[in-house]
Formats: sequence, C-alpha cells, structure tokens
Amino acid sequence: MIDPRDEIVEHLGAMRAFAMSLTRNSALADDMVQDALVKAWTKIESYQPGTNMRAWLFTILRNTYYSHHRKARREVADVDGEMSASLAQKPDHDGRLQMRDFNKAFDQLNAEQREALVLVGAGGFSYEEAAQTCGVAVGTIKSRVNRARRQLAVLMQLDDDEVMEATDIVTSGIVGKQKSVA
Amino acid sequence: MRFILKDNMKRERKKMSNMEQAIDANLRRAYEDVANQDVPDRFTELLNQLREAEKHKAENQND
Repeated sequence: MIDPRDEIVEHLGAMRAFAMSLTRNSALADDMVQDALVKAWTKIESYQPGTNMRAWLFTILRNTYYSHHRKARREVADVDGEMSASLAQKPDHDGRLQMRDFNKAFDQLNAEQREALVLVGAGGFSYEEAAQTCGVAVGTIKSRVNRARRQLAVLMQLDDDEVMEATDIVTSGIVGKQKSVA
Repeated sequence: MRFILKDNMKRERKKMSNMEQAIDANLRRAYEDVANQDVPDRFTELLNQLREAEKHKAENQND
C-alpha cells in the first residue's frame, strides 16, 4: 500500500525555505521544520491523498510557527539573521538587487505579509492555494501580497537610482560588470 | 504639458514594474537558495526514526 508519508521527503527543501521566510533565522527555521515533520507524520490521516501535499505541510509548518511565536512573543526576532548575513556575503554577479538590502527590507514586513508574498511570489502557490494554506480568504491574500510589494518597493526605493540601474540590467538581460560592493 | 505628464506616468509605471520584477527575483532567489540546499541529515534521520518507531509498534501489537 502506498503511504503518503513517503512523499514528505520531497518537500523538505521547500519546507525549510518557507520556514526561513517565516522565522528569518535558520536555526529556528529548522526547529520549526522538525516539529512540523513529527506532527505531519502522526497526523497523516488528516491529509487527503491526491490533494496538494506541500500546501498541507506548509499549513502545519505555519501553525507550528505561530503557536511557537505566541509563546515566544517576548523574544526579540533575529532581524539581521544568520541567513541574511550569509546571503549578503555572496557576491552578486548577476545584476539583481543586493540581497542584503532586500533582506533588510523583507525583515521589516510582518510575518503575514512575508508568508503571503513568499507563497505567491516564490513558492509557486496560486492565490487560492495560498489562501487555503493560511486559512484566510483569497482577497486577504491578494491584499497582503499587494501591500507587501508596495512596502518593499517603498523601502527599497530609498535608493532609487541604484534600483533603476539594477532593474534595467535585469530587464535588458545584460549580465556583466557591476559596481563591486564591499 | 500633457505629454510630459504622460511620460512621467509611463516612467513611474515602468519603475514600479521594474521594482516588482526585482522584488520577485530576489524573493525567488532567497527562497531557492534554501530550498535547493542539501537537506540536513537530521531530517532524513528523523523520518527514518519515525518510520522505525511505527514498525516496532505494529510488531508489538501483532505479538
């Protein structure tokens, strides 16, 4: 008999990425993934075979995060997280915006905006799937995504000229020399 | 005047869509950087442990 739990392993990478966008701290993200895996394993009967397993796992993961977050409300989030730091050190050869600036701006969004934006903008979720995963209406997800994009745009436009320069390079597909950033 | 206004609007719009592209490119990059990493052994080990534990439980029940 096919055990749907055999499929879980295929979603581990995505779970870690989603957890990272919620927690903004890689150690905490992996702890959340670990807890979510145990829950998913023991509650597998609540998964309906044939439905989107990744969405089901993400739902468990975000519930794990939010219940942990409620308990640890007083703890200060690791805003300049380990992950942002390691990403920031990577040289940016491809003309995209500097990850450090992006991560800083991203950290300023609230968790609800971050998850909506990541599910739709990076995770390949439809608005409907994202809404289901987060347990809210489709319209709520849409407005969270829009607000998050606008807020990021505002935060990043502080350096307007640089942004224009970087995005123009992306748009025209020219990958080449870039101002080196220490 | 009207043309200048239109031009400005066009430029604003272009700036926004550039910004949106840049945001999504960065989002995907941050996400994929983690998603494509080798999964730490602790997770595959955990899944194996869970599977083993269940097997033992089932065996004990059969006894």
